[in-house]
Amino acid sequence: MSATLSKEEIGRYSRHLIMPEVGMDGQLKLKNARVLLIGTGGLGAPVAMYLAAAGVGKLGLVDFDTVDVSNLQRQVIHGTKDVGKKKVDSAEETMKDINPFIEIVKYEVPLTSANALDIIREYDIVADGTDNFPTRFLVNDACVLLGIPNVYASIFRFEGQATVFCKDEGPCYRCLYPEPPPPGLVPSCAEGGVLGILPGVVGLIQATEVIKLILGEGQPLQGRLMLYDALAMKFRELKIRRNPECSGKCSVVKELIDYQQFCGVPHEEAPLPAPVSSTDITPQEVKQLIDGGADFTLVDVREPHEYQICKIDKAKLIPLGDLPKRLDELDKNADIVMHCKMGGRSAKACDLLRASGFTRVRNMTGGILAWADKVDPSLPKY
Amino acid sequence: MPKILIPTPLRQFADKKDAVEVAGVTVGEALSALTAAHPDMKKNLFTDEGKLRSFVNVYVNDEDIRFLEKDKTAVAAGDTISIVPSIAGGK
Repeated sequence: MSATLSKEEIGRYSRHLIMPEVGMDGQLKLKNARVLLIGTGGLGAPVAMYLAAAGVGKLGLVDFDTVDVSNLQRQVIHGTKDVGKKKVDSAEETMKDINPFIEIVKYEVPLTSANALDIIREYDIVADGTDNFPTRFLVNDACVLLGIPNVYASIFRFEGQATVFCKDEGPCYRCLYPEPPPPGLVPSCAEGGVLGILPGVVGLIQATEVIKLILGEGQPLQGRLMLYDALAMKFRELKIRRNPECSGKCSVVKELIDYQQFCGVPHEEAPLPAPVSSTDITPQEVKQLIDGGADFTLVDVREPHEYQICKIDKAKLIPLGDLPKRLDELDKNADIVMHCKMGGRSAKACDLLRASGFTRVRNMTGGILAWADKVDPSLPKY
Repeated sequence: MPKILIPTPLRQFADKKDAVEVAGVTVGEALSALTAAHPDMKKNLFTDEGKLRSFVNVYVNDEDIRFLEKDKTAVAAGDTISIVPSIAGGK
């Protein structure tokens, strides 16, 4: 425990020190605080930068990703020079530049049921900024078991949600949402997109709540779900109540479980699954069909704005949502190959066609991204 | 008529609208009117057995219907029904 600030620190934090809500006592609380950030991406970037600047003494970073050029539209802690670097290294560099007086601990591992309790128990507060349901439930359950507040936020396109879970007798993530959605029903940011400035606003709500919890000032965002709609520029607040069966102690979370299984996702994400049935076709095989002059229809079921980014010349665009009412544009007896960005939507489209009596329908595995990798590297990827 | 606010991920199933006004004096009736008008919404809101999915919460004004009368919760003109699905994005 530090009981004093150095002369340099006093100069650095002077705008805090002259505020009665922070002052010397508050700044020392910040200095002695330990906060774990799960993810150093869209949400983690502003949280990490501002908490570093504010003088939070120990910041843990959990992330095993490397910086990709498509991250830079929103993950402002990383720069162009950092592409290809480990995110924790790139984040540390930025944070150390902002504030050399703090300690940064890097965990370059995926958070799992095996390591979560050991990592999280070293901290006073967790800020969850991950991008998937299994980790969301894992972080929640570990925080419930350890009694550590979880400052939560999530984002999608131009909407955000934020709240504080597991503080004192307050509700947890499972009080809000008992179960995850089945895979495929809720699109991720990678599939659905995210407005670059959105995680800035939502991440700073998270950072604000972290600072308030450390200082013990203000009304924490506990038992309240803050919804932010950037397009409407509206904030709304809904009540979150604790599960009535959890008086005193959580009745749901007893131990950490297999969260991949709980969320119904396959354990290993195969980058490009080989065709597993006669109804699948690889991009290379589709290319051979085109080059050989085969008579078949190639249908792109992505959205028009995706088609604008890149397309396969032969493909006819029919967005998945329009497919049911545009079936008459396709010949039931023709050979048809469906494709989308990565193969998920086109698999649904194939099912839809078969249910409508089409028999010779195949799905191009890996979508146009695989086409770009295997057939036409000149195509931009998104 | 109560107003239903449609969250971003579900707007694609409601002709891209962010809100609709529907008939109904209970939440259940209002949601039925919504899925009748927009059938694609149904599988995203309800299980095959007709139960509201557990990753979708429904609020009347700011209160979760699980803590009111669930689908029998009364709604009137001027009430806002919010559908709030869980989202996990963070990167």
